[in-house]
Amino acid sequence: MNSGMSLIVKTVTRLVAGFITLFGIYIVLYGHVSPGGGFAGGAILAAGLILVLLAFGREATLRMMSHDGALAWDCGGALAFVLIAALGYLAGGFFVNFLSHGEPGQLNSAGMIPLLNAAIGAKVGAGLFGVFLALAVFRPGRHREDPS
Amino acid sequence: MTLTALPYLLALALMIIGLYVVVAKKNIIKIILGVAILDYAVNLFLLLLGYRDGGTAPIASPQQAASSDTLATFAAGSVDPVPQALVLTSIVIGLGCLALMVSLAIRLHEKFGTFDMTRIRELKG
Amino acid sequence: MGMVMLLLLALLAFMIIGSLIAAESEDLLSAVVCVGAVGSGLAIIDLLLGAPDLAITQVVVEVLCVAILIRVVLTRRDETHETHKDTFAIATVLLVLGVLLVLGGWAMTTLHPFGQPLLASDAPGVAAQYLAGGVAEVGAVNYVMSVLLDYRAYDTLGEATVIFVSVIGSYAILRRTGRSHRAARSQEGES
Repeated sequence: MNSGMSLIVKTVTRLVAGFITLFGIYIVLYGHVSPGGGFAGGAILAAGLILVLLAFGREATLRMMSHDGALAWDCGGALAFVLIAALGYLAGGFFVNFLSHGEPGQLNSAGMIPLLNAAIGAKVGAGLFGVFLALAVFRPGRHREDPS
Repeated sequence: MTLTALPYLLALALMIIGLYVVVAKKNIIKIILGVAILDYAVNLFLLLLGYRDGGTAPIASPQQAASSDTLATFAAGSVDPVPQALVLTSIVIGLGCLALMVSLAIRLHEKFGTFDMTRIRELKG
Repeated sequence: MGMVMLLLLALLAFMIIGSLIAAESEDLLSAVVCVGAVGSGLAIIDLLLGAPDLAITQVVVEVLCVAILIRVVLTRRDETHETHKDTFAIATVLLVLGVLLVLGGWAMTTLHPFGQPLLASDAPGVAAQYLAGGVAEVGAVNYVMSVLLDYRAYDTLGEATVIFVSVIGSYAILRRTGRSHRAARSQEGES
């Protein structure tokens, strides 16, 4: 089955998708020193994966990340968020910033905020991509057209 | 005096348009679009509340963060960060809820073959 | 009236016109595209009002939202035109919304004026404390992140839960027949 869009779209997607993912990771990790953060970066990561899904069709994308993979990243991000928050009990309470603040403006600063950002980024990205994948793959009425 | 409240009024008008679409339209997709417009209007209103005339974004540069004096002058000219932080999550929640509504609409379309609320009500049972 | 105010009013007018077209358009696809234009206008307003974090998020979320909606609208043609217009109901709705607009507009004029937030008033609230002590107490130069993930982290935990529930919910709604169909097909294969 020749799934996906035309050759032009596929070629451009092949060139661009990696950069979009890289930009999403940058936005997530530098959230505390520049505009961005986990929510914005996660949405960008999801957008990159959705671009691949639209350009190459379902089969190629499901090889990259399946439903269960997206669900696992989603749940893993949520669990990591709560776990990092619970680690604050080491310093006295839930959500207490237990790592050193570092020098403001550097990447290694603000204690656990980059870690929380990474957890949120994984959660939001995988969640939004999973929803789109569910909308694209479990298309209603498909089994009626299915000859088998 | 009225000019200073004009952006609030326009945001309220946008909110009313969203409410009108939700209440008066019969098509499910139209209703989802109305909820999206309502979502935008509320986010916009919260953002407008925190703006300061000539304010900068609440992100200090490393040079400004170096000493407490420059930080104090920065803080005196920055917009309110609290509404921004609350709206940031609300935007993504809006997308999640839109996806939930869309999947419900897809199920309805699969069962009844239409997006029209009145016909879905007639076809009930 | 400053430059920011002029641009803001122009963009707000653009958003209102776009949402009116989206409300009254007969074609669902053009309504979806109009809502996309409204969201893009909101992203530009975010940039104008000093909220680059919001602008980035809004642009990407807008693209995803339009992609999802176009996917739904394009694959399902349906010919529901508003054939039987109930003028009495529409008039009632418009009357109630008009009253709401007047009352809400009266309430809006009692707020602090645009451009002079609570932060700049005599009782500045928590925002002034966050701005004064944010870098020293948290260490992040992005104040939005220090509010989001340190001062108000419980709030973020709750909102992350809402996103999680909505994602799992749409998974459950869409996935049901997929699974049972797969099970049915495998049973057919066995028999």
